[in-house]
Amino acid sequence: MNIDREHFRQALQRTPFHDRISALSTTEEWMAWNTYKVPRVVDKLSTEYFAVRSGCAVMDLTPMEKYRITGKGARQFLDRLVTRDISKLRPGRVTYIVFCNDKGKVIDDGTLFQLGEQDYRLCAQHHQLDWLLISAMGFDVHIEVETHEVAALAVQGPTSYSVLAAAGIDDLGKLKPFDIAKLRCGDIPVTVSRTGYTGDLGYELWAEPALALQLWDAIFGVQGRYDIHAMGLSALEMLRIEAGFIMPGFDFNTAESAIRNKYDRSPYEVGLGWLVNLDKDHFTGRKALLAEKSKPAGRRLTKIVVDGNKPVGEAFIFDGKNGKQIGEIKCATWSLILKANLAIADIEYIDGHLPSQLWARIDYQRELKWLSTWAECQVRSEPFYDPEHRSAIPPDRY
Amino acid sequence: MSSAMTERTDAIIIGAGHNGLVCAAYLARAGITVQCLESADCAGGMSAPRTIGDDYHFPGLAHVAYPIASAIRRDLRLEQFGYEPGKAIETVALDADGKHLTLGTYSVSGDGLPESDQKAYPKFREQYLTFANALRPLFDNKPPRLKDMEFADKTTLAKLGWNIRLGLGREAMYEFLRVAAINIYDVLNEAFEDDRLKGAIAVDAVMGSAMGPRTPGTVLTWLQRLQGELNGPMSVQSGGQSQLVNALTQSVEDAGATVRFNARVKRIIVENGKAIGVELSTGEILKAGLIISNADPRSTFTKLIGAPLLDAMFANRVAQIRGAGVVAKLHLALSGKPEFAGLPEPQLGSRLLIAASMQYIERAFNHSKYAEYSEHPVLDITIPSLHNNALAPEGHQVMSVNVAFVPYDLEGGWEGHKSTFANKVISQLGQYSPNLKSLVVDYELLTPRDIEEDFCAVQGHWHHGELSIHQSFMMRPLHGAAQYDTPIEKLFLCGAGSHPGGGLTGLPGRNAAKRVLKLGGV
Repeated sequence: MNIDREHFRQALQRTPFHDRISALSTTEEWMAWNTYKVPRVVDKLSTEYFAVRSGCAVMDLTPMEKYRITGKGARQFLDRLVTRDISKLRPGRVTYIVFCNDKGKVIDDGTLFQLGEQDYRLCAQHHQLDWLLISAMGFDVHIEVETHEVAALAVQGPTSYSVLAAAGIDDLGKLKPFDIAKLRCGDIPVTVSRTGYTGDLGYELWAEPALALQLWDAIFGVQGRYDIHAMGLSALEMLRIEAGFIMPGFDFNTAESAIRNKYDRSPYEVGLGWLVNLDKDHFTGRKALLAEKSKPAGRRLTKIVVDGNKPVGEAFIFDGKNGKQIGEIKCATWSLILKANLAIADIEYIDGHLPSQLWARIDYQRELKWLSTWAECQVRSEPFYDPEHRSAIPPDRY
Repeated sequence: MSSAMTERTDAIIIGAGHNGLVCAAYLARAGITVQCLESADCAGGMSAPRTIGDDYHFPGLAHVAYPIASAIRRDLRLEQFGYEPGKAIETVALDADGKHLTLGTYSVSGDGLPESDQKAYPKFREQYLTFANALRPLFDNKPPRLKDMEFADKTTLAKLGWNIRLGLGREAMYEFLRVAAINIYDVLNEAFEDDRLKGAIAVDAVMGSAMGPRTPGTVLTWLQRLQGELNGPMSVQSGGQSQLVNALTQSVEDAGATVRFNARVKRIIVENGKAIGVELSTGEILKAGLIISNADPRSTFTKLIGAPLLDAMFANRVAQIRGAGVVAKLHLALSGKPEFAGLPEPQLGSRLLIAASMQYIERAFNHSKYAEYSEHPVLDITIPSLHNNALAPEGHQVMSVNVAFVPYDLEGGWEGHKSTFANKVISQLGQYSPNLKSLVVDYELLTPRDIEEDFCAVQGHWHHGELSIHQSFMMRPLHGAAQYDTPIEKLFLCGAGSHPGGGLTGLPGRNAAKRVLKLGGV
């Protein structure tokens, strides 16, 4: 890893795409993500949001934690690390995983890319090198941080396939969701995965940092034929809630960040029970999760639609209007496409069951005056927004 | 197919060291079918005999011991099988000028010993034996869990609280709380003047641990050692029928359990998070409803099970268990009785110490920290053949020497340095016993690396892990396996690595058996 000697003069690092994003930024609304300077909003929030829902948006993913995991024991290492049965994972495929500590509490979630035999990339929300090294004891495995060695772009939206094809990436059409392929964008070698965090059709592009600007320019080179927008993290937050994706460390405390007893959460409690396979070989947290599974459910992160149009923000959830306080909203957004108040709430179960009548008490401001109102909540088990074009093979051509 | 494979076995105990035997005997007496698997060709583990040539026999690593607790003697009917506590011995602190000190339970004497020290000694000993006694409930029971306490844990803590507050009384309690976690160096300097005396007492606080007298927690290690003395005075281990391991073996067989020798366990078979059997080095597979390991915790978890079958943090914490052995054992085959200048012959049968002062011990310890052996080590010497003349040919003797401190990893490796070091130790002994060198017929030096190899204890640590505060009581050997049961279902620990630790006490074995039975047996 090459670090500029003068790097300390900047509080935040610049990503390989920074010059282009900076040029497009009209708001100068920046934020820190994993030591990098990234846009909160590049130009206009609703435009960036709608670019993903009805056009194409490009987002810089470089700061995401990336680990390269190789070696003869890599598969066994990963199998012991994650709660999911990954026996069907094969080269060229990606899977969504979660991993726990000994107590069966979630340390992080992530996407696991199998790039070749004995060659994997793990993308995680938070820095996990220490946990990966702790977990590596007893395995013939090599782990390397490649966060800074790989430039990554998310290209998302219904026209993303057409945009990338027009930009010079051939053979994209046969990529199924969660497929990976080593392709070229014109002359630029690029690894493309059909993955994303928006709940729409989309791809993630992985390239050498030195080629980052060329890649960016190739994509934005078809601007005009297609409406392409650079996107910031605020739009992503709206999109991921619509897609029903959770964010460790924000929607729940990760095991390593929880300080108080019982403030950490298990995969079951955050709604990722479907990623836990108790029948597979030993994995960290298995014993604790077996014990949890044998008891009535205590709490769940739950997708809810809150009636009305008052912005939900942070609110408590009650068992019936004026009932017992049983939970709280962890993230919420007004869905521009569904015209609904969407939220993910941490709700305590009563006798192992989700209470049938959930109400939120919403405190909101009207011209700086605080008001309070009650709104009923409808539980959703599926993603709020999951369009058919997201998983079409080949995707629709525009 | 061997008969062992067709017989029903409820429990397999890995290792027929004395704790494995105690555990086996208790379980067998409770109606559990037990098979004890021992890699060596005889029982006893670290207290199993060693031989040089055909004629010189040594009592193994443990050359002195205290009587075994009366409860174990009674429960396992050890007297019926010939056990009797050995003859009490004194400790002699050897002095290069022949002004040796003789230390008994409540008396000390010797040339030039200040009268104040002579007076202070019995009071000091009494006080610390009282402190040791106050801690007794902790040693006699499984360590209490502080979270999700069971009733038994509350009883243990209540007894402990009662002993400390009411048993000791106000003054003594304050003194106990003041000294419990500090070092023996400060405590002995407060109590005594004579360097020889302080050195001799300090040896018992640090021998076997990677600690010098100034290391915090050395009062606690000494109190742990004094637990043994509560059962009676120290004696020399000299083999023979009266000894603990022989009686235990008979007790085990009487209860219907079997001990199989030359059976080295290669791995513990774990299925679905549960121990279901073991595989021997020969490939033979033995199944049982319970697997109880008397092997040290690091061997048990890292070698016999392996990190992949454990949760990551637990495996990591196992790897962090502190316990590099710092004591070597020198066995000398002698053609006659050694003479020590100024030491009357009847005292030769005592335990002899070379530890001129606490400063001397601290310096000896320093070397081991830097991967060096000490040129002037602390020596703890017995001549077992004076207690049992069958150990050596007529007129000959065997001498057993604990040599502290030596590193587990010597700079440059032990290979090629063993004879140099053994000769240095023999020369040092020669400064006290001029005729010794000429008597040496043969010798054997066991470095911590040899102890690791020969006694299946990671890093050759006597106690299967340091008896430091952070690895004691409910943290021994580590959180998550401190109540003898482990994260692997049906796998238990019963050895010195578990509470209350090393020494020929049988307590880990007994506590483990009780825990197994409490949790429903097979």
